[in-house]
Amino acid sequence: MNEIIGTLNGVPFTLGETLLELSYLLAALMFVFGLKLLSHPETARRGNLWAAAGMLLGMLTTLLLHKTDSGNAIPMANVWIILAAIGVGSVVGWVVALKIKMTAMPQLVSLYNATGGAASMLVALLEFPNADMSNKGSVLVTLLGMIIGAVAFSGSMVAYGKLDGKVGDIRSGLMKYVNMLLLIVTFGLAAWMLFSNQTPANLNWAIYLLMVLSLLYGVLFVMPIGGADMPVVISLLNSFTGIAAAMAGFIYHNQAMILGGILVGAAGTILTVLMCRAMNRSLLNVIIGAFGGGTSSTATEQGEMKEMTLSDAAILMSYSQSVVIVPGYGLAVAQAQHACHELDTLLSNKGVNVRYAIHPVAGRMPGHMNVLLAEADVPYGQLVEMDAINPDMPNTDVVVVIGANDVVNPAAITDPGSPIAGMPIIRAFESKNIIVMKRGRGKGYAGIENELFFGEKTHLLFGNAKDTLQKLVMEIKSL
Amino acid sequence: MESILQFFFTYKEAIFIIALSVFLGIEVISNVPSVLHTPLMSGANAISGVIIIGGIILVGHADASHLSLELGLGVLAVIFGTLNVVGGFVVTDRMLEMFKKKKK
Repeated sequence: MNEIIGTLNGVPFTLGETLLELSYLLAALMFVFGLKLLSHPETARRGNLWAAAGMLLGMLTTLLLHKTDSGNAIPMANVWIILAAIGVGSVVGWVVALKIKMTAMPQLVSLYNATGGAASMLVALLEFPNADMSNKGSVLVTLLGMIIGAVAFSGSMVAYGKLDGKVGDIRSGLMKYVNMLLLIVTFGLAAWMLFSNQTPANLNWAIYLLMVLSLLYGVLFVMPIGGADMPVVISLLNSFTGIAAAMAGFIYHNQAMILGGILVGAAGTILTVLMCRAMNRSLLNVIIGAFGGGTSSTATEQGEMKEMTLSDAAILMSYSQSVVIVPGYGLAVAQAQHACHELDTLLSNKGVNVRYAIHPVAGRMPGHMNVLLAEADVPYGQLVEMDAINPDMPNTDVVVVIGANDVVNPAAITDPGSPIAGMPIIRAFESKNIIVMKRGRGKGYAGIENELFFGEKTHLLFGNAKDTLQKLVMEIKSL
Repeated sequence: MESILQFFFTYKEAIFIIALSVFLGIEVISNVPSVLHTPLMSGANAISGVIIIGGIILVGHADASHLSLELGLGVLAVIFGTLNVVGGFVVTDRMLEMFKKKKK
């Protein structure tokens, strides 16, 4: 591997170096190919394996063929340390990934994103002392890599805590200004470090301070965001981790890291933008958090919510021709996906056409409802996207809203003063009957009344979605 | 200004890669059905664990003859990176397996 096979600009290069670069090229191609396959249902699983294989290749060749500055291979002692660390990470990562309940998936994705961010942060932190301060560009990428990695790390940890119900939302008007100030201080410090012309050793205190500031910013940045905005934030943090990894790629002149990181960064950003568009809000609006705390312009008389009995609901559904189920976060919280599938099979067997209407931001993670219902064996031909199902709404006999609120709120269309005005919704109000399963009389995440719940055609079933669904199934069976 | 140009020249290949991969990323992802949003995000998340290569290089350069903060944090970086990679790919595979089952 050490034989010299040629020279480039007068510098000889070895077979090992060439093979290493070749393997990075191959790994990068496998990432692209994998991501491409991942975006089609039939090939998604293969795509994931391709990307994983690319990663394995990159890791192996780095370990075997990478040369330290002195031109030697990585010393054996270090190889063992690295292998041990990889071993620990693999076993823990693998076991947790297999053991975790499907309903806890959003948390886990967030957690793994946090570890990626932490790794980027640490790499940039430890590479800083080796930085050539006269090369402003390389110092800049090191600092950016650390800031972005740290924000992704602490932000994802907070997101994890929120999804797991360990951390609540903290919102106050003041927070906006605190965050802004913190951001200015963080970048101010980074800029000062960049232009101070000091040696990295003299700036040792500053890099740690920068890390603390960035970590703090990550926490405060995610803290006020919650509920329906969670999918957007998770996707955004995901793209941060990618960008941080790409910055580290600059430090090592490593093309596989740059390409992989940027690919994820770009893909994550697009996904984020898609979801923002689904809510008809700008990204800035999500981050600053316009939901909640706003003035409720719709304080009009809403009338009464009408309850209905389970047997009435059972009869209504059984004798319908078409039923559309609108699932929301409440379904996930109550873990009612299996009960829900039982209901839909029962109705389908009676000849009722049952479909699910999936709003793009229902749940707490992009595509949350799809994963949840897939776990309960609902065939995905039955899951219909919002735009495809809306034209059928006037011909639908019963819409069953399970734990969803803002995504069916007609205020988005009728009330220009509403905080959710302009957000595309599932037009449940156009159907002939609406049954709403709700835990209590509370409002949705956006904190606004939902006039759908008070409508002429609407009836409510209060209680835990799982209990209600199970009782409903019993009722229908006994008909 | 000079340092910006200097940076560009030093990293010109990398900057080409960035410019092109942004478009590649957007192109590859657009038109993805919402069914796949979660697995796609999770799979992309695993790819961002490519930072593990940085971790390996970092610990590879470290002085392993005695314990130091650098070594300790470097090892931590490798562990975190591996968690991201292995956990990410396994979770994605589990999700996609569920989708596949339904297709029969």
